[in-house]
Amino acid sequence: NTAMGAQMTDAHRRFLQILMSKGIIEASEARKLHRHCCETDKVYYAHDKLDDFIGTINRYLQPLFMQIRKGMSEEDGRAHYAVVNLAETEVTKMASDYTEIELELFRKTMDLIILSENGFASSTDILNLADKLKTKKMKKKEAEQVLKVFVEDKWLSEKNGEYTLHTRCIIEMEQYILSNYQDVARKCNICHSLAIQSQVCESCGIGMHLPCVRKYFKAQTEPRCPQCNEFWSCDIP
Amino acid sequence: ELVQFLLVKDQKKIPIKRADMLKNVIREYRDAYTEIVNQAGRTLQEVFGLRLVEINPKRHTYILVNNLPRAEGNHPCRGKEKAKLGLLTVILSFIFMKGNSVKDSALWEFLRRLRVHPGEQHEIFGDVQKLVMEEFVRQKYLEITSIPLTDPPQFSYQWGPRAAKETSKKDILNFVAKVQGKSPKFWTSQYNEA
Repeated sequence: NTAMGAQMTDAHRRFLQILMSKGIIEASEARKLHRHCCETDKVYYAHDKLDDFIGTINRYLQPLFMQIRKGMSEEDGRAHYAVVNLAETEVTKMASDYTEIELELFRKTMDLIILSENGFASSTDILNLADKLKTKKMKKKEAEQVLKVFVEDKWLSEKNGEYTLHTRCIIEMEQYILSNYQDVARKCNICHSLAIQSQVCESCGIGMHLPCVRKYFKAQTEPRCPQCNEFWSCDIP
Repeated sequence: ELVQFLLVKDQKKIPIKRADMLKNVIREYRDAYTEIVNQAGRTLQEVFGLRLVEINPKRHTYILVNNLPRAEGNHPCRGKEKAKLGLLTVILSFIFMKGNSVKDSALWEFLRRLRVHPGEQHEIFGDVQKLVMEEFVRQKYLEITSIPLTDPPQFSYQWGPRAAKETSKKDILNFVAKVQGKSPKFWTSQYNEA
């Protein structure tokens, strides 16, 4: 089946099953899981070979148009792993879990979030959207409940009554967002991944993730934009 | 494509019908149906450690069952699911210990002792009656049959095909033994059956 490299074992399968059921896991959790799976299925465990382990799984997932992808949380900068669909062009992974009207609300919420300055949409704005849906109007209470489910299922995350895309959603839909929101979606100048929340240079307009900003300006006494060298106007997180 | 379809459908624990597979995925390749399904089954086993099992040969319905040896501790499901599985385990235990079939009145009496009441919103399970009579039955964990010639209609509960595949009488007996602090051999007829 595969020309070279390690074979898939029950440890790999267990890791994949658990990752798929959780949707997304943090890197340190992934390392623990790696060890747990190797120990449970009595497979040789090399503690620093998580990426190789995942690479083996990915070789088998490739022909199925799936991959385990690594992404960074925009909140804390920590690495996370999620299983993503490569073939889908729409929000198909969600399509089976939600009704047509819920999906429409999600798409419109995603629009709001991506088009916003700070990567957040207030619950008031989202609830106003619910009232204007094409499929069918959604009542305020219903919309609140749907939002709750989106947060539980890790598509959205909520902070102080405002909503942004969950890390899992960003990892899963990065390609979709970059291609469908080509002109508006921002890429981080440092790590070159999609940036939903970002700080923007007032002079030249480049954007950076908050954790990337923190890392980049850590050593510098005078924060200056890496592109245009103007003084960085935003507060360093 | 079929593999993804099966994974997504099974996530909801609703059995997959052959008709759905043909309509949504296989479509024009109908003639190669058997080969495609077999290939999908092999892939599911090799990559995901899942077995595609036909639970109803007449109606051609399938479920995915975990093929990996059971691991202690790390249960791959979220909080709410864990609670539901806990309730289900208790129900399956009751049914098995009572000879593989119980009347619904007996089941609800048993659950009442655990402070789970039909018709009342439970703080964790919500509408318990719906959960037990509809969700667990739809997911094929429980089977419900009506007892003929009863008025008002009474039902009896048995293990469903998914329960039989995902756990075993032996495991359930060990669970009961653990909870009650006795040896499984204490219940001779169940022990012999398990």
